[in-house]
Amino acid sequence: MRHALIGASALLFSTPALAASGEAVNPWVALAYLVAGVLFILALRGLSSPETSRAGNRYGMIGMLIAVVTTLVTHDIASLPEIGIAIAIGGGFGFIVARKIAMTDMPQLVAGFHSLVGMAAVLVGVAAYINPGAFGILDDVGEILTVSRIELGLGVAIGAITFSGSVIAFLKLNGNMSGAPIMLPLRHVINLGVLAAIVVLTGYFSIMPTADSSTIFWTILVLAFLIGFLLIIPIGGADMPVVVSMLNSYSGWAAAAMGFTLGNTAMIITGALVGSSGAILSYIMCKAMNRSFISVIAGGFGAESGPADGAEKIDRPWKRGSAEDAAYMMKQAENIIIIPGYGMAVAQAQHALREMADMLEEEGVNVKFAIHPVAGRMPGHMNVLLAEASVDYDKVFELEDINSEFAQADVAFIIGANDVVNPAAKTDKSSPIYGMPVFDVEKAKQVFFIKRSMGGVGYAGVDNEVFYMDQTMMLLSDAKKMCEDIVKAL
Amino acid sequence: MDFISIFSIFVMACFVGYYVVWSVTPALHTPLMAVTNAISSVIIVGALIAAAASGAPAAKWLGLVGVVLASVNIFGGFAVTERMLAMYKKKERK
Repeated sequence: MRHALIGASALLFSTPALAASGEAVNPWVALAYLVAGVLFILALRGLSSPETSRAGNRYGMIGMLIAVVTTLVTHDIASLPEIGIAIAIGGGFGFIVARKIAMTDMPQLVAGFHSLVGMAAVLVGVAAYINPGAFGILDDVGEILTVSRIELGLGVAIGAITFSGSVIAFLKLNGNMSGAPIMLPLRHVINLGVLAAIVVLTGYFSIMPTADSSTIFWTILVLAFLIGFLLIIPIGGADMPVVVSMLNSYSGWAAAAMGFTLGNTAMIITGALVGSSGAILSYIMCKAMNRSFISVIAGGFGAESGPADGAEKIDRPWKRGSAEDAAYMMKQAENIIIIPGYGMAVAQAQHALREMADMLEEEGVNVKFAIHPVAGRMPGHMNVLLAEASVDYDKVFELEDINSEFAQADVAFIIGANDVVNPAAKTDKSSPIYGMPVFDVEKAKQVFFIKRSMGGVGYAGVDNEVFYMDQTMMLLSDAKKMCEDIVKAL
Repeated sequence: MDFISIFSIFVMACFVGYYVVWSVTPALHTPLMAVTNAISSVIIVGALIAAAASGAPAAKWLGLVGVVLASVNIFGGFAVTERMLAMYKKKERK
């Protein structure tokens, strides 16, 4: 880590301060953008622990301020009032949304923000194409530089994919569009064809004279909007953590491509950071589901699931418990592990759950929270909700850190999760979730499973052996209501 | 700056990103996405240049719209990250 940083900074300081197309710029300007880029690195570095995270966020803000002010003072700005108004409109809107949004809606907010980055990249790319002189990307005879054309083509394409893909992800997460995969016939052929066309056209765009290239440019843009849309519609709701991370990555690559066009180090560093960040998050999510990135992107997972396949299995014997039973037994327990899932977010049950955990702790019970990497609709979704309900983050554990403790646990309390506790992932090779790392809840002495009804199956559409175990008691109710009832019973 | 210098910075920054992001604690992955969202709006630099340039009114208006969109993200992204991070705290032991 340290070596990489030293290497990068040595290299950055040795580069000559020239703008794209060889136009000389003030070295202080290049330095200012570099400082902004380094501050962005520190912003991410701060997130390695909750204690340093807020300082990190401040570094990010300072970096952004430096980048914006540097741009404003070094360019001949004829339209400063308009720009001020534009920033005020956008900034005011963004600030209000950030204040008002419910924490459970964070996945759709992030998807929405991604779409804006994508669109901004498209607008900058189009503006650079219309007015290349302002961006310093013209050669001596007034043609756009070849390398800049490739960057522009790729930049607007990635930006457009980010935009339309994020809009679909937003609509699915926000419930404006069904979370179920939408499967078009021949979709793989269509998608590959469109992608190939974008690549070929970008190559063609880079070699033809600027004056004749406008049709190609707009075609690339339209195809890219189309492919973003086509790529995301076949992907189902619970694969959204991967999609949101992937779009996060794309928004970074789009910014980097524009950074290349402008020869701007702040944009390039940021683009690379965000691009790697999203890529790593997608990788972590895929690994936590034991699925390949390709299979997630190919889509369709969970499409065949429906209430119908669960129907015949409901005949197996299972025990139903009440809030009073749960309260009584948990009061006697020594160690309780709570496993929250997306259902908790849907029911907004985090505050009631925390109240329950607090009351149990007053009874001398040791309460821990266990979070699966793919619980919820985006990476870290459950952690944020528990933090919102002011659950101490020392009590919240990741899968690999807590899984060995189930054997000592008196109670495993499952609220709104299902597939992440399904032992079929370990035993049943034919199961669609086989190989996915899951919590060993079957080792706990007693399991409480909050679920709305016995009819529904998890997202993967597979039955869960845990329902029928001797030590399992099903608490059939809305997650929030059940927690409140348990609190009352305590 | 010539292409190779820029490309070198880009490759190095990818490696820095790789190591920095792996060191982010999984509990903060949602704030990570929010803050990466905010910083990727540094694309506002390009939008400002387009908005500032004279001579092509269409490019100027596209730039201004870009400034609005990127500003939503900058202010919204940092504010929502701040709001989330403020919630991660250790409780005082009673």
